[in-house]
Amino acid sequence: MLSRVADACFWLSRYIERAEANSRVLDVNIQLILDFEDQNGGTAKQHWEPILATLEDQELFNEIHDGISGDAVMDFVTFEKKYSHSILSCVSHARENARMVREQISSEMWEQINRLYLYMHSGAARAAFIESPIDFYRSLVDNLHSFQGITDATMTHGEGWHFLQAGKFLERADSTSRVLDIKYHILLPSGERVGGTVDSTQWMAVLRSCSALEAFLKISHGQITSWQVAEFLILHDQFPRSLRFCADRLNQALHSISGCERAHFSNEAERLSGMLCSSLDYTPIKTILAEGLHQYLDRTQLNLTEISNALVKTYCSWLDLD
Amino acid sequence: MQGIFTKYEPGPFFDEMFSSGGEVRPHYRQLLERFNEMVPSEFDRKRALAERSYLNQGITFTIYSGDEGTERIMPFDLIPRIIPTDEWALIERGLTQRLTALNHFLHDIYHDQRIIQEGVIPGEIVRSAKHFRPELVGFDLPNNIYIHVCGSDMIRGADGTYMVLEDNGRCPSGVSYLLENRQAMKRVFPRLFNRHAVRPVDRYPQELLAALRHSAPHGKPDPTVVVLTPGVYNSAYFEHSFLARAMGIEIVVGPDLVVEDSRVYMKTTKGLKQVDVIYRRIDDDFLDPTVFRKDSLLGVPGIVEAYRAGNVSLANALGTGVADDKVTYYYVPAMIKFYLGEEPILPNVETFLTSVDSDRKYVLEHLPKLVVKAANESGGYGMMIGPHASKDEIAKFRAAIIADPRGYVAQPVISLSRSPCYVDGAVEGRHIDLRPYILSGEKTVIIPGGLTRVAMRRGSLVVNSSQGGGSKDTWVLDEGGLPC
Repeated sequence: MLSRVADACFWLSRYIERAEANSRVLDVNIQLILDFEDQNGGTAKQHWEPILATLEDQELFNEIHDGISGDAVMDFVTFEKKYSHSILSCVSHARENARMVREQISSEMWEQINRLYLYMHSGAARAAFIESPIDFYRSLVDNLHSFQGITDATMTHGEGWHFLQAGKFLERADSTSRVLDIKYHILLPSGERVGGTVDSTQWMAVLRSCSALEAFLKISHGQITSWQVAEFLILHDQFPRSLRFCADRLNQALHSISGCERAHFSNEAERLSGMLCSSLDYTPIKTILAEGLHQYLDRTQLNLTEISNALVKTYCSWLDLD
Repeated sequence: MQGIFTKYEPGPFFDEMFSSGGEVRPHYRQLLERFNEMVPSEFDRKRALAERSYLNQGITFTIYSGDEGTERIMPFDLIPRIIPTDEWALIERGLTQRLTALNHFLHDIYHDQRIIQEGVIPGEIVRSAKHFRPELVGFDLPNNIYIHVCGSDMIRGADGTYMVLEDNGRCPSGVSYLLENRQAMKRVFPRLFNRHAVRPVDRYPQELLAALRHSAPHGKPDPTVVVLTPGVYNSAYFEHSFLARAMGIEIVVGPDLVVEDSRVYMKTTKGLKQVDVIYRRIDDDFLDPTVFRKDSLLGVPGIVEAYRAGNVSLANALGTGVADDKVTYYYVPAMIKFYLGEEPILPNVETFLTSVDSDRKYVLEHLPKLVVKAANESGGYGMMIGPHASKDEIAKFRAAIIADPRGYVAQPVISLSRSPCYVDGAVEGRHIDLRPYILSGEKTVIIPGGLTRVAMRRGSLVVNSSQGGGSKDTWVLDEGGLPC
């Protein structure tokens, strides 16, 4: 397939996944705050700060908004055109990439992303957001899920589809690591102890934003501790948003693209993703927590960036090197 | 209850649907009955449905204002234009004859130039054509086909005679609208198609692919064919990707291609892959910065060298623009006689060449009554419609003609035929034309009908989409498909 097309499939998929991750995080954060007070209230700042802390573009936020409030953060992450990873921007970028590869993806996929794009730019989206942000974000996630379903059901599972899978799972691994990291940035109110009510409510929110709460409760027997949640979201081998699961699927997609066997590698992206998989297969949670959760997640995000760069270099920009 | 046609006024024009006596023409009778059962609100709903489907599919063009683009759909009218079987048969024969002659002409002027030597066309006219490419003289093409895809614009005058207004032998666009209009009509009026035997149009992409494959260098049996587009920001990008998808081939932009050893390759995830046939939707001028416009970022450096080496085919061929020249157009009936020994089946519109002294004198004296066109513009640009033009505009064209007599032609104003269109809750007459798409490959193929373009503004004669024109579905009835 054309290198440019492979590149567009990869990024199309990453933007779709990023839009979904943003929607989830905002949804859960609103709910979390509503457990305590209204979303613009006195301690709201400390609930919205961690979200900002995981964004790349805090300076832009400070330029546009006077201070941190729920409305400001939600508006920024949802509708801000200048912020290249707002949901609106992600949907627009995804659509631009989809337009470039319209003859590669199915018409059903294109129409789904195009409808979503038109909706996000319409007054209807604003109105729905104002009516109920929670319902708004859920319907966005539903729409993005529909895109995934349509993709699986209508597109040939060939090279282009594998690039979409690579983008999806790489971005999803990144998102899960960011969500876990949000908890690192949330300070516990004074007087609250680790393992107390507030702490476990916050961990539940983290699980919810990965759609992982129900799955987690099935194996945790009612206990919610930091190491259990971290273990679940990082190391579970069957939950579709865990780092390990995502890394495995990413590695699979890369090998499907090259045709190289799983136990070997034929390019740098495969070597790096293979290493990430092995480390997730064989590292116990104890070791991760001993290194420090934040440090571990930082390092993993770096690994994912390296894999992404290697993939692009191998398949998409190999001729541009001179 | 009043039907939407109750108050319709055909006016002093040739009306496609009603005779001058106000009687519905037989091939429209069933349609009229069905539409008269509908009230405006039902029609509005149907139209909203069609528009929504265009929008969701992204069949749009972008209007830029400030930093933001707004996407608009091309206006679509729900009342189809119907062409009866016998009229279509005439058009089909006429256009086949015309394109055959044009391909003979292009081959001739790039080889022996018999038509010049025998005095049918002045050599100066050909040599001074803006898109004549002297560097291609003596170059042989597979099957001698220059124009693989032609869009000839046809109009009907006051008596309903079909005439050819111009030939587009470079990169004619709009065929995707023809195909999508039919889809939209089927979606919105599924039952109409049961009553009429309408000839299908959806074979077009397959016929196009067959013509492209036929043009492969050295008759290569399984050629790699691609569509070359200027990119996603081009106003016709939707069409380019639509055709690529419908043919099941890759769509590429200039930077996807490289030329090595006089061969064209595309950059893929598995290395370089040779390309044999390029359906290029980029004009000659932008195709190769090493040969034509140096500032073109859309093209592929070295592609002309690969073309001349016979390693890649371009559709349409390089240098076909000379046939689009409106001065060349004047000579098409003569070409038909010269190459085919036949009388032209479809007439040209009467045309004055301002490079001929007597014609120029007449034109300059009658500017307010004439249409003046620049010989090498398209899309409704470089054109003056005398009766609608201001004094300044007329003065401007007068000066331009005197400065460059070869650069213009003039024609009488033809009041194009009208077709009923649904506008703001009522049916009104609007002027229309017809652009059929003609493919030449192993044989000449014309998809039944064509794109009927509509001048949506009341009284306007300009149908081009870049000038606010819309379109409607065009039905060619099957043999014996006449209702009643």
